[in-house]
Amino acid sequence: MKLIVALCLSLFALTSLAVVDGHKYPFDNEIDKGRFEVLAEELRCPKCQNQNLADSNAPVASDLRDKVYELMNEGQTDDQIVSYLVARYGDFVRYNPPVQKNTFFLWFGPGVMALIAFFIIIRLTRTNKKSQPLSEEESTKLAELKAARSEKQES
Amino acid sequence: MNRMMLFIPLIIFAVMAAFLGGGIGRENKDVLPSPLVDKPFPQFILQQVEAEKQLTQTDLQGKPMLVNVWATWCPTCKAEHEFLNTLAAEGIRIIGINYKDDDEEAKIWLRDYGNPYEFNISDPKGKLGLELGVYGAPETFFVDGDGIIRAKHVGDLNQRVWDKYKAQFAGMITHVDPVAAELTNTPMGEEK
Repeated sequence: MKLIVALCLSLFALTSLAVVDGHKYPFDNEIDKGRFEVLAEELRCPKCQNQNLADSNAPVASDLRDKVYELMNEGQTDDQIVSYLVARYGDFVRYNPPVQKNTFFLWFGPGVMALIAFFIIIRLTRTNKKSQPLSEEESTKLAELKAARSEKQES
Repeated sequence: MNRMMLFIPLIIFAVMAAFLGGGIGRENKDVLPSPLVDKPFPQFILQQVEAEKQLTQTDLQGKPMLVNVWATWCPTCKAEHEFLNTLAAEGIRIIGINYKDDDEEAKIWLRDYGNPYEFNISDPKGKLGLELGVYGAPETFFVDGDGIIRAKHVGDLNQRVWDKYKAQFAGMITHVDPVAAELTNTPMGEEK
């Protein structure tokens, strides 16, 4: 099972990194290579905001990939590299925005909406299920109908 | 059951449509906020385009200025150039950063279209651009006399945009360059 998951994940990584010419960023170990791939996927291209650094062909994305590679080779940690770019391009370069005042809605909005929907569904289904007992008039009518039906079947 | 309950989904839909619909109009690359506002201009050591001179961030002090990021390969820069000429003629101090460009082509451009810049910083590799968070020319930084970035505009500068920033720019701190002031106080300065 674990193997299958790992294989699926690795396929995912292959497709999204297709644009980045791998030969341009040589690493001497697999750990750094993985780090670079994760960073390039988690950082957003500021010019074309719906693409990450790995996917984008924009010149600025290429510059930022070079910078990430350069900083990595200087021995900076992932956090240091991300904050380096955030200091220059703002939180917009992160696909994984920090939890802060102006991102509360982004982080908790979907959960809150799901909860609201959940309560509405519960209320709607509960109220529908409640059935009133038949009034006397209705019961006699029902009995009549039943009798008429059985007579019809017998004949 | 309360019949009004039936309208809840419609109300939620209306609220979300208003919220998200409003967001569509605001999705504008021009408003990507710069974290550099109210921060000092980043340090750099680069050549001047027009002369064999080394420039650093200390050259960006004294009188408030526009620092305009431009390139000859950028069509919008051509579009705003005439307006920069107008501003310069009005006495607005403008410094250029020639971004990922060729010095020779930049010189031809300045000869042909006029030169509104006090001087141009040559940034062929885009290193200073990266420090400034530049993601597309033209971009313009509003820098005060202390060398602090006070505002940033992405896209071309025109009368409408300038009207928006004019008051802020006029209110920026201006300084006599401390080094120059010292020089004028020394005997050497008096000789002038």
